[in-house]
Amino acid sequence: MHIRHKSYRAARGGRLCVLGELSIAVAHGEVAALVGPSGCGKTTLLRIIVGLDHDFEGSVRLPAHGRLGVVFQEPRLLPWRTVEDNVRLAAPQASDATLSALFATLGLAEHRRHYPGELSLGLARRVALARAFAVEPELLVLDEPFVSLDAPLAARLRAELVELVSRRPVTTLLVTHSVEEAIGLADRIFLLSASPARVLASVPIDRPRSSRTIDQLTSIRDEIERKINA
Amino acid sequence: MNLALRFISITLLLAAWFAGSHIVGTRLFPEPQTVALAIVQEARSGALAFNLGVTLARVAVSFTIAMALGSVIGLVMGRVPVFDGLADPWLVVLLNLPALVIIVLAYIWAGLTETAAIAAVALNKLPIATVTVREGARALDRTLDEMAMVFRMGSLVRLRHVVLPQLAPYLAAAARSGLSLVWKIVLIVELLGRPNGVGFEIGVAFQLFDVTRILAYAVAFVAVMLAIETFLVQPLERHASRWRIRPA
Repeated sequence: MHIRHKSYRAARGGRLCVLGELSIAVAHGEVAALVGPSGCGKTTLLRIIVGLDHDFEGSVRLPAHGRLGVVFQEPRLLPWRTVEDNVRLAAPQASDATLSALFATLGLAEHRRHYPGELSLGLARRVALARAFAVEPELLVLDEPFVSLDAPLAARLRAELVELVSRRPVTTLLVTHSVEEAIGLADRIFLLSASPARVLASVPIDRPRSSRTIDQLTSIRDEIERKINA
Repeated sequence: MNLALRFISITLLLAAWFAGSHIVGTRLFPEPQTVALAIVQEARSGALAFNLGVTLARVAVSFTIAMALGSVIGLVMGRVPVFDGLADPWLVVLLNLPALVIIVLAYIWAGLTETAAIAAVALNKLPIATVTVREGARALDRTLDEMAMVFRMGSLVRLRHVVLPQLAPYLAAAARSGLSLVWKIVLIVELLGRPNGVGFEIGVAFQLFDVTRILAYAVAFVAVMLAIETFLVQPLERHASRWRIRPA
């Protein structure tokens, strides 16, 4: 199964060009990261992919059923429903066992009955992650899910994300402006230019996530930085 | 504490009433105990319960119709700009049409019937409910809408879990102001063209210059509405806002 987004050009607000000609293909089960400077149109790109923005030229092809799991930049939880209900409403087909396992992995077990207003931002982001995973998506889309968290917490959540993805491989598109985050999580990195965004380079990382050493990561990082500067 | 304050407040009100009736004269402004006695007499004869019941039924039916229609129209107007543009002038006309005009026209066109009475009351309340709910629909959170969309939530789930909780404060406001407005208009409708109900009784008492009876019915009805507010509206509101964090 392949996702292939052909070239598209979005132009809005007086034909302001946000995205240039670009095409991205992510293989089934692959974790792809979109890395680019702030304001280069990454979020716009994601909105087009998940079908929230139809004002563009080009085409998007999603997996067969197109079940989506999305983690927005903000948690976007329903404040009047409990943590558990927030997840269940998005994923009515999820079994109790699946949910319990998910809540346990993300450290949410004792927060199931809490309302989102009672959670810290870190916990709320975990609920958003749990919700996206609970739908057992064919495409998981993450829009800077760890932004504005302190470094240790972001690292923990990243580790939890890695664990979830390795437990049930899912085609994933991760948007981030942090090269480190991309290297740590992704199988393939798309480097985007400043606005209007184009794909500067597609960098595959063929070593499995678990066996990446510091040296390898550094060399990949150097390679990416060379490409950015070129 | 709260209860004690309420008790003090009501006692003060009764004392002011008592003093007032002695200043103005008990024929124009009877004392509280005279009015209480009249209430008891009307209750004994069964007239009080009957008239209160009839009026309450009219309030309930016209309130329900106005709230249901007003909420649906308000929600659609807040969400669909074309419909808003089309319906807004009508709303302005209805908002500014005096209640009395609507009532009189309803009686002329549909006769002195129950349907005319209820329709007239509902029509008076409808535009206010619509405007309030439209404000709520305009303020709906787009980000939650998008969330519901990407997770493919069904329209019923969206309505119940995403839209209605956001509209709850607006619906409560519309219900509150609506209830007090509706019962006042119901009394006028009864006065003008119904053979029973609190409004009719007050009309008769007015012709007989029976101030005691006017106050008796007014007090009894206010008591009923207060009970509805305390035992129905407030608990519902508390339930709807249970997720809000309250200071401990």
